[in-house]
Amino acid sequence: MAQLRTQIDTASETYRSNRAGLSMLLRHHDEQVAMALDGGGERYNARHRARGKMLARERIELLVDADSAFLEMSPLAGWGTQFQVGASMVTGIGVISGVECVIVANDPTVRGGTMNPYTLRKHLRALEISRLNRLPLVTLVESGGADLPTQADLFVPAGQIFHDITQLSAMGIPTIALVFGNSTAGGAYMPGMSDYAVLVDKQAKVLLGGPPLVKMATGEESNDEELGGAAMHNRVSGVGDYFAIDELDCIRIGREIVADLNWRKLGPAPKADPAEPVYDIDELLGIASPDLRVPFDPHEVIARIVDGSEFNEYKAQYGTSIVTGWAQVHGYPVGILANAQGVLFMDEAKKATEFILLANQTDTPLLFLQNTTGYMVGREYEQAGMVKDGAKMINAVTNSAVPHITIVMGASYGAGNYGMCGRAFGPRFLFAWPNSKMAVMGPQQLAGVMSIVARQAAAATGSPFDEVADAAQRERVEQQIERESHAFFNSGRVYDDGIIDPRDTRTVLGIALSAVHSNVVEGRRGFGVFRM
Amino acid sequence: MQPTDRMQPIRSVLVANRGEIARRVMRTARAMGIITVAVYSDADDGAPHMREADQAVRLVGSTPADTYLRGDLIIAAARATGADAIHPGYGFLSENEAFARECATARLTFIGPSPEAIRQMGSKVGAKQLMADAGVPVLPGYTVTPKTTSADLASAADEISYPVLVKASFGGGGRGMRIVRDPDALIDEVAQAQREAAAAFGDGTVFLEKYIEGPRHIEVQIFGDHHGTVISLFERECSIQRRHQKIIEEAPSPVVNPEQREALGAAARAAGESLGYVGAGTVEFVMDAEGRFFFLEVNTRLQVEHPVTELITGLDLVRMQIEIAQGASLPTAAIEARIHGHAIEARLYAEDVEAGFVPTSGPIHRLHIPETVGLRVDSGYEDGSAVSTFYDAMISKVIAWAPTRAEATTILADALRRAEIHGVVTNRDLLVNTLRHAEFVAGRTDTAFLERNDFRTLGIAGGVDATRQLHALAAALAPERAAKSPHPPDVPRGWRNVGTHTATTVFHCGDDEVLVTVQRARGGVTAAINGESAVTVRIIHELHDFVEFELLGRRHRVRLHHIAGHVYADSADGSTDLVRVPRFALPERHVAAGSLLSPMPGTVVAVRAAVGDVVSAGQVLVALEAMKMEHSIRAPVDGVVTEVRVVAGDQVETGAILIVVGEADTEPESERTEP
Repeated sequence: MAQLRTQIDTASETYRSNRAGLSMLLRHHDEQVAMALDGGGERYNARHRARGKMLARERIELLVDADSAFLEMSPLAGWGTQFQVGASMVTGIGVISGVECVIVANDPTVRGGTMNPYTLRKHLRALEISRLNRLPLVTLVESGGADLPTQADLFVPAGQIFHDITQLSAMGIPTIALVFGNSTAGGAYMPGMSDYAVLVDKQAKVLLGGPPLVKMATGEESNDEELGGAAMHNRVSGVGDYFAIDELDCIRIGREIVADLNWRKLGPAPKADPAEPVYDIDELLGIASPDLRVPFDPHEVIARIVDGSEFNEYKAQYGTSIVTGWAQVHGYPVGILANAQGVLFMDEAKKATEFILLANQTDTPLLFLQNTTGYMVGREYEQAGMVKDGAKMINAVTNSAVPHITIVMGASYGAGNYGMCGRAFGPRFLFAWPNSKMAVMGPQQLAGVMSIVARQAAAATGSPFDEVADAAQRERVEQQIERESHAFFNSGRVYDDGIIDPRDTRTVLGIALSAVHSNVVEGRRGFGVFRM
Repeated sequence: MQPTDRMQPIRSVLVANRGEIARRVMRTARAMGIITVAVYSDADDGAPHMREADQAVRLVGSTPADTYLRGDLIIAAARATGADAIHPGYGFLSENEAFARECATARLTFIGPSPEAIRQMGSKVGAKQLMADAGVPVLPGYTVTPKTTSADLASAADEISYPVLVKASFGGGGRGMRIVRDPDALIDEVAQAQREAAAAFGDGTVFLEKYIEGPRHIEVQIFGDHHGTVISLFERECSIQRRHQKIIEEAPSPVVNPEQREALGAAARAAGESLGYVGAGTVEFVMDAEGRFFFLEVNTRLQVEHPVTELITGLDLVRMQIEIAQGASLPTAAIEARIHGHAIEARLYAEDVEAGFVPTSGPIHRLHIPETVGLRVDSGYEDGSAVSTFYDAMISKVIAWAPTRAEATTILADALRRAEIHGVVTNRDLLVNTLRHAEFVAGRTDTAFLERNDFRTLGIAGGVDATRQLHALAAALAPERAAKSPHPPDVPRGWRNVGTHTATTVFHCGDDEVLVTVQRARGGVTAAINGESAVTVRIIHELHDFVEFELLGRRHRVRLHHIAGHVYADSADGSTDLVRVPRFALPERHVAAGSLLSPMPGTVVAVRAAVGDVVSAGQVLVALEAMKMEHSIRAPVDGVVTEVRVVAGDQVETGAILIVVGEADTEPESERTEP
């Protein structure tokens, strides 16, 4: 396989300005993440600790194997909304007793760990990752239930949590609930629906209705321990399977349960002793451009994330605005599709389609490196059937059965987002670089389109066109779209699984590919490879 | 060796010993083409000495009395295996006159002196008289007999002059030995020494002797053959002793001058000649501060410390023993031997110095003493051996040779310091610190060395806190093999995309605790010990058994051995035995006091407790018959019966309360702290 050569000049002005821009974005990102890390803030964290309890992340740190890597997902969920950044929940992929698991932990310091619409999205995405990748699910429960004022956006869709957890069990994916505190009303079903439930003595409160509700409903006098304590559930109701004397004991038991799952990954093992890339991944900060109007060569990115910087390029001279080829990442074979000049033309769409079909023939996972402004428009392209070729690519992406991992390393506009395996196309993992942007189209284009449409409408009715108002409107729309296409904004809506430092890309891919191989890795068969 | 008509070739030798000396003897025997036969007790099953022998015979049992002291079994073993000679080593049967005779009766060559010489030297009083008669200087003394009156005793002691030493006539190892400085205490001390001697050696005979303050222990190696030649092979100084037992020996003595050496040699030869001595023997002397020496005793065996003589003379004393036993004359090389360089031996013991030299026992997970030029290691143990409580706790003899005493001392101290000794507690630090002590270096090595210098302080390695901290850091950095990661190996340890990874590991080191906090971030690794401020650690290697890192500009290489819950760390800074505190401790079995419920419907057959009864956990309180089986309802905890709700014959339903047990005490539940 050929080793890629780099053209990057680290002394160049472009490199240095890219690096400065990316560094600034990373600093901003760190600031936002710090808010999520802070949870409920000093006061609520202190109050929580005063009760002898651990913070959500402290519980996770003890739950995962010593010195193992933990990939946290969606730390910015809820960003740019009225809710606390992080959405009162921590999710991620961690190693417990040598088994990669999806970990979901309520953060009880944020509004009692209650669920808001963003918590729901984050929770459902974690369940989806557990299901798609066949990763055991460990839930660290301590939640006051729904954030009641938002019930209209929650109640009906939240049923899917119940649905998904029980479905995981049916698929043979173990579900384990470690209950540290409140698990009331609907929350009581969390341990109830899990395969295993561990309850912490004098902390867990697993009940459908608390003493006041019971009093109102039936007139019966009762207390929390009788209704939902760990001792009661372990001795009487059987809702609890394991009795933990304290939080540490609960985590210990959780680890033992996972150790006894007799878990085996179904995907093939990676090749041993993969070579590191020959180029420094640190240079990605000077390669990715913060200004998305400036494209960058994806070969430079590939050279810094694949084993030995070795890349076997497919159709290198055809449809050159997309780069396709084979490589290995941490010993796992992958097929890579990466946008080169942003636009996807007919040849690019056909080349991508063929490549996706080939990957399915060989059961090779696909890695999408997005930096696309969408499929080409214009008379020539419409008349040549751009739609048909774009549809081919989207069809192939949709029906491809090998695992897909998407990294948004720049622009993600229009149907390019779909064709390059955006969130709606069920990638196993989707991470974004902080410079990335995601929207139906670029802010200027969108504002300009709206302005032209308004001008045409005015002309059609013969009404005068207010140039001043139009300029102001364009400005407003441009700002709105700029804001809404921002990486933080999309991450806040859980349209990705988190923003990552470009320098972490190879490590994130290693963890993601390893997780993906917990499940069977098998392509779709039935037709041969269509040559287009 | 010069053949003579008395040659009795030895084809096969049984070594009636264990440990390092058995291996030492067999090493030479093998080199001489002699078949080796080992004996081994049950405790020594699998020990190196029995595995290395050509043949091995089991001695049933483990105590010395049942095994290595059973002359009859050993002679039977020699016969069974066709051995024609027995080498007794030291200790056990080596100075047993009866055994030497039995060997002769069984037509087995006893590699040692004649039974007569053993007998004569067995009595200290007799030996002393014999030596005095032969012109060997002896300490003024007086034998206490049943006829001795108090007045006799007092005048004898006055004549000797105080302080006087009361010593058992038959015995050794310091037992039954008492120093008397106060004339008023004399009668009582003698009586006590008599009782002790009677209890320890079966003969209560004691004698008085001049006690020399802070003497040196100087001994002379002698050798005699069947042709009447007796030679001396210079002196050894063995003054560094604890509890009257040698731990460091050297040759030559740093204080003996050529004239004294000549005088010592002449005295020793005179002693040997008076006995018609054959084979290896040692004439022990005490030397006072003025350089005068007095006869102490003759050891009619190969000494533990014989290697120092071998290293300065280039002779193989075991080979000479065997050759002489075969009837050969003393070799010219021995007769013309000269002192070449200096040799020092240190005895590595399994013992707890700090606790007062208490012997220790247990597994030796690793025993690795680095090979260096001039170093010899005679060891009875190897990796995976165990030190048993049945025998002497000496693990190894480490001996260094160099042209000068200073060089030999350095080599020996360095080898001991670098040695990896994992498992049982040893006196290694005491040996190292003694060898490096200014007094030792200056040759001030009288027997009071470990009384003048606090052995507890000497028993602790220098800079121990700093070393512990470095080693605990290394152990915290080393990945635990148990944690097998499913992630690709290049995924960084403790990687976090959000926040930083902080891992705290706690180690126990003796009674102390070391807490290591390691933080891993993109910028690098920082570490804090015992809550102090964090410093940057540049990691070069972090493997399970080896960690290399740079801290404050200094490179550290630490080897780690994880076994049986311990992490043994060795580096240029020393050795540390760490115990990693597990992240999760198993909680105490937690059972609440309370009501005992009927597990199923049935009939109460018997109630075995009444209100107010104090019951203990597991005690049967109620017998219940259900579905043709009788079930015992037991107390869940220690407590007091507060309520009995049923009587025999009652029908009960599932969940019916049978008895209520209250907690015995009202102590609050133990609090567990969270990390």
